[in-house]
Amino acid sequence: MDVTFKIRRQNPDVRDLEKPYWQEFVLNDVDPTDRVLEMLHRIKWEQDGSLSLRRSCAHGVCGSDAMRINGVNRLACKILIRDVGERVQVEPILGLPVVKDLIVDMTPFFDHYKQVMPFFVNDDPLPEDGRERLQTQADREQFDDTTKCILCACCTTSCPSFWANGHYVGPAAIVGAHRFIFDSRDQAGAERLDILSEPNGVWRCRTIFNCTPACPRDIEVTKAIGEVKLAIRKGTNVGIIETSAIH
Amino acid sequence: MQVHKHDAIIIGAGGAGLMAALYASKGGADVAVVSKLYPTRSHTGTAQGGIGAALGNLDEDKPIYHTYDTVKGGDYLADQHAAKILAENAMEAVIELEHMGLPFDRTSAQRISQRRFGGHTRNFGEELVRRACHAADRTGHMILQTLYQQCIKNEVNFYDEFQVVDMIVVEGSVAGVVAIELGTGEFHIFHGKASFFASGGWGRCWSVTSNAHSLTGDGAAIALRRGLPLQDMEFFQFHPTGIYRMGILITEGVRGEGGVLINNVGERFMERYAPSAKDLASRDVVSRAIYLETRAGRSIKGRGYMHLDVRPQTVNRYFAEEGRDRADFIDESTVERKLPDILDFCRTYLGVDPVHEPMPVQPTAHYAMGGIPTNVDAEVVIDAAGRVMPGAYAAGETACVSVHGANRLGTNSLVDLVVFGRRGGMKMAEYVKGVDWAPLPKDAGAEIESEFERIRQGAGKSRPGELRQLMQETMMENVGVFRTEETLQRGIQDLAALRERFYKDLQIDDKSRVFNTDLMEAWELGCLLDLADVTARTAQERKESRGAHSREDFNKRDDENWLAHSLIYQRGKMSDPSYEAHFDKKVDLSLWEEEVQQGLPEAQQKFRPVERVY
Repeated sequence: MDVTFKIRRQNPDVRDLEKPYWQEFVLNDVDPTDRVLEMLHRIKWEQDGSLSLRRSCAHGVCGSDAMRINGVNRLACKILIRDVGERVQVEPILGLPVVKDLIVDMTPFFDHYKQVMPFFVNDDPLPEDGRERLQTQADREQFDDTTKCILCACCTTSCPSFWANGHYVGPAAIVGAHRFIFDSRDQAGAERLDILSEPNGVWRCRTIFNCTPACPRDIEVTKAIGEVKLAIRKGTNVGIIETSAIH
Repeated sequence: MQVHKHDAIIIGAGGAGLMAALYASKGGADVAVVSKLYPTRSHTGTAQGGIGAALGNLDEDKPIYHTYDTVKGGDYLADQHAAKILAENAMEAVIELEHMGLPFDRTSAQRISQRRFGGHTRNFGEELVRRACHAADRTGHMILQTLYQQCIKNEVNFYDEFQVVDMIVVEGSVAGVVAIELGTGEFHIFHGKASFFASGGWGRCWSVTSNAHSLTGDGAAIALRRGLPLQDMEFFQFHPTGIYRMGILITEGVRGEGGVLINNVGERFMERYAPSAKDLASRDVVSRAIYLETRAGRSIKGRGYMHLDVRPQTVNRYFAEEGRDRADFIDESTVERKLPDILDFCRTYLGVDPVHEPMPVQPTAHYAMGGIPTNVDAEVVIDAAGRVMPGAYAAGETACVSVHGANRLGTNSLVDLVVFGRRGGMKMAEYVKGVDWAPLPKDAGAEIESEFERIRQGAGKSRPGELRQLMQETMMENVGVFRTEETLQRGIQDLAALRERFYKDLQIDDKSRVFNTDLMEAWELGCLLDLADVTARTAQERKESRGAHSREDFNKRDDENWLAHSLIYQRGKMSDPSYEAHFDKKVDLSLWEEEVQQGLPEAQQKFRPVERVY
């Protein structure tokens, strides 16, 4: 089948191309099971080498190729032509400054992530036997969902609250904090809850739910944010997450 | 050119680079991590099944068993003292990862959970052992995230999206590297007392690969071009289970959980090729079996792929045949819980649900056993005698210690990068305390800048994408799982023709500076062409079959003549280089030698090179 791609482009380095514009490309012999990323590569490799995008693993794990495809945030490598049809519109993700074509400046996104202490804290002496700290599988599963995050920014850049206020830490940073807040081995939960109860923390979330369907890892982002809100209200990270019975 | 000065420059932000960064900074060094990707995009994150360590949380296990499996898996080309260090250090390294917060799955005793993996056995091959420590089927993701998080905690300096394109060599030692800031296209000098290459592999030399697009072997190619040798380049692993045509990896953990490979007549064919380990024989063995089944007309629909079946009814049927405990039997929820990402890949890309249908798989180019030669402290060595190049370090897939020998065991890549990243980081912290800054040459960076200008001006007719595809096809066809003199000759000729077009007829559409991926991909293609070339040439010269290097015209291992590492050097102009390969770097056989000294009879010597049987 033939597929038409309409791509939002911009190159600050070339006169007359500094402002955003749309360009169309037609590809022949497209298979419905082809990934959108492969098709963008075909455009780049066969028609116009200047088309610029980030990508690496090409199977939805590294988080490089988040873009807005037919108006929805997706990883280009994790969405197939049969899911998007014969006319495909591709734009950079929203809310971050565009560097060139589909490439945005990710610095503000990672800065927000770094704000929430996204690292394990436990200052107790290590186990005397020189072995691992203990944890039950049920405790491990409490935060399983949020460990899946690949920091692709699909959630944060689909969030109208983030579009309206770039200072809001955004869903991805909250997911990053959630992973540690509900880890029974970690000791900095209270500090993270303090950070997230600031004006640009969780309360900017209006439960619009854009983030959850945007997540290519199927993390229940809005639910995770809700659990952090609840933990702040109750002043504790204990007893917030209903544990499903251990498998 | 802007100059940045740091004690230690680390090139690459995957597992090896981040581990080195953490331990070098803990050792007091001022560290900079320079990476062409944001650290969390690194390929370590795609590792699935687990990291091997003889913790013995579920089965009796010892590091010496892990050492044995590694040496045997490597078809006796691994350096035995290095394999021993790998296995011993693996335990502390995994425990340290847990202490850094890595969310491993847990046993009922609340310890790190472990699973079976190919070639990992108890008591010198007696039976498969649960050794692979796992976090679902995304262990690499968890390692990468945890290390990056700890680097944030320790305030390590990151230069994200700075692509290293050259190293600065001053009187035989390394004074730093040259990098392009992708966002601006500007060249920067990183002046360091030590430079640590942790830049990953080069699976993109082949058309069907599990490797990320960014795995173009930049670090190894830079080293080769600056006169350093590369070791054991003829050994490149094809993982038996890539998704048909796409190459996306399906973890060996699937078979670790009981999944089996089935041919077009419904036979579990690995029983014939490896009667004991069966589907969990080492990867080279399983990949060859798939090719041989295909040649015998037993691939599914005659298309060169097999079925990988992890449906509970199939798994349990074979478990019952083997007399396994009923408690080991699996159900749908086991598969869902233990292999969530695999299910997601198959459902997304194939519309196949592995809980109800088998997965179509074929061998996929996966891992470079060879690379920049190093000793066990990640110091780069430049000759057969092991002479160290001051200030140069390497670890992870880009390096060759050698612990993997002729074929790497599953999970040992993660072990390699944490163990040798850690050892190298510590060593480097010590080293930078004791040396002065080498002065930068005046023209540092000028040569590579003009090379990039040459590429950028390319106004010929050959697009990098087309040349890359042709290279990948010839490598797959001629320098793949099976090789002969004829195919290797053809591969070398094809590569020479592609190199000619690359240097004389390149077409670059994007002439701008900002984030010029057209330019960067072209330069990366040059790296791939060099690495493909040295792979084909060392493969042609090694006239035996060993591990992943399978010569149909020399189909036996030949220890008498070939139990040695290869070192290959590149000389002359980049557009028309000559190569010099030596096969005189001794394999360390110290564990076997100890056994001989102890007067053990041959039958009791575990580390004597013998024919591999799985």
